[in-house]
Amino acid sequence: MEKILEVKNLRKTFYKSRSLFPAVEDVSFHLMRGECLGLVGESGCGKSTTARLIAGLLEPDRGSVRLEGEEILGLKGKKKQAVYTKLQMVFQTPQDSFDPRWTLGDGIMESMRNRGMKKDQARERMYRLLEQVELDRSFGERYPHEVSGGECQRAAIARALAVDPRLVICDEATSALDVTVQAQIVELLKRLQKERKLSLLFICHDLALVQHMCQRVLVMYQGKIIEQGTPDEVIQHPREAYTRTLVDSVL
Amino acid sequence: MREKKRTKRKQKVSRDWTKLKLVVCGALVLAILLTAVLAPYITPYDPYEQDLGKALLVPCREYLLGTDRYGRDMLSRVIMGARTSVFSAVFLVLIITVTGSMAGTVCGYHGGKLDTFLMRVSDVFLAFPGMVFAIAAASVLKGGLFGAVAALALISWPKYARIVRSQVMSIKNAPYIEAARLAGSGTGKIILKHMIPNIAGPVITTAVLDIGTMMMEIAGLSFLGLGAMPPAAEWGSMMSSGRSMLQTSPWVILAPGCAIFLTVMVFNLLGDTVRDLLDPRQRKKEELPL
Repeated sequence: MEKILEVKNLRKTFYKSRSLFPAVEDVSFHLMRGECLGLVGESGCGKSTTARLIAGLLEPDRGSVRLEGEEILGLKGKKKQAVYTKLQMVFQTPQDSFDPRWTLGDGIMESMRNRGMKKDQARERMYRLLEQVELDRSFGERYPHEVSGGECQRAAIARALAVDPRLVICDEATSALDVTVQAQIVELLKRLQKERKLSLLFICHDLALVQHMCQRVLVMYQGKIIEQGTPDEVIQHPREAYTRTLVDSVL
Repeated sequence: MREKKRTKRKQKVSRDWTKLKLVVCGALVLAILLTAVLAPYITPYDPYEQDLGKALLVPCREYLLGTDRYGRDMLSRVIMGARTSVFSAVFLVLIITVTGSMAGTVCGYHGGKLDTFLMRVSDVFLAFPGMVFAIAAASVLKGGLFGAVAALALISWPKYARIVRSQVMSIKNAPYIEAARLAGSGTGKIILKHMIPNIAGPVITTAVLDIGTMMMEIAGLSFLGLGAMPPAAEWGSMMSSGRSMLQTSPWVILAPGCAIFLTVMVFNLLGDTVRDLLDPRQRKKEELPL
């Protein structure tokens, strides 16, 4: 198995009320092809910042991110847009991740149209993607505020799959949904991962969910990765004090 | 359930009312615009032809609004004045909306030193009463209608820059903008297709409301002799020249005065209605897309 994603010494500092606030400090990890890697930690520990740094939505202070062996940090323009054919993201708040004035279908087709696909072709593909995420065709014509959170998140997953990515970053993709819908979305992600041999970076604060989804898990605390291993190892034999409190708080 | 039904009906009534208002105001504005466009063809007399024998006639059947001190028909001059006032106000609002919005977008999107610089400049303009600045600028530009419009454009763009800047900043990091970036859309496309449609509401509302205000300010500058020059038919300068005869022949100042009052009111009403329609709190869910 080869590494699809390799993150090395990633670092990002924010200015917060005139003082420096290190959000991500020397984070290094890797992700194998077809693997689902969990990233857990409390709110504000730097999980989402890490995701946004990898996706190139934030500029890191330093560090390197290699996707299939190629450095993807610091790219601009066309080259950066080319990265987004391999890497996609599903956001935490489904309704906010679609333009309120665009239909879900147009949102899903945006990436295809940007790659020069014809309108009819893109529409056909959009309908097929909707079927794959178990949504009716009519959802293509609806607006984000007209559908439920779960339906919207399915559409967001369809949008992420539109370019046939190798790696999908799920930034708390299930956190804003209620428990039953959450379970459905998790099953959907699991199925799609198997079918398409996707690699997933699954960011979450729910250890039970991570245990269910992931082969490996990283624990993040105050901007650093403090522990990693299989979910069972981490949950049953936590080495760090923080991991222990995290485990205790869940069970 | 019943309560819900009632509030729903209330919403519907208020929306129907807003739509009716839009139709009425729209029709009135259209009438004013048509008058402005067709002015040279619908004036009963030549607005510039002097006939001292008919000076200061009281409104009568032949001269519906009377004549001024040179014997020119007031009705014809008021109609001609619509052209000057409406065109210059619309033109002015167009300029400040476009320039202000562009400055605001650049500031909001890029931030940095250019943002700081432009915003401090706009602070200077916003810190003083607009009219004082406009008078100073118009004097430097040596008056004339063009000078007045240029002076007002110079002092009015910061309002739009401010509105657009804050709107752009508030949605710049919205997840749907990031999603668009992940879909491979470039900055230009994101601004044109995602940002502008989402921030257009308040800008359009302000622009429509500003047409009335700007008409007043242009008329004000003309009244002070810094805008349109006699013998041009412009409501402000017409009022100015009628002022000395306010006691003896009030129609000379009343006619253009009423014209300004009515036109500004109609444009403001339209602005209000547009704001009501674009207000997200008033909008029902399925009616969101413009």
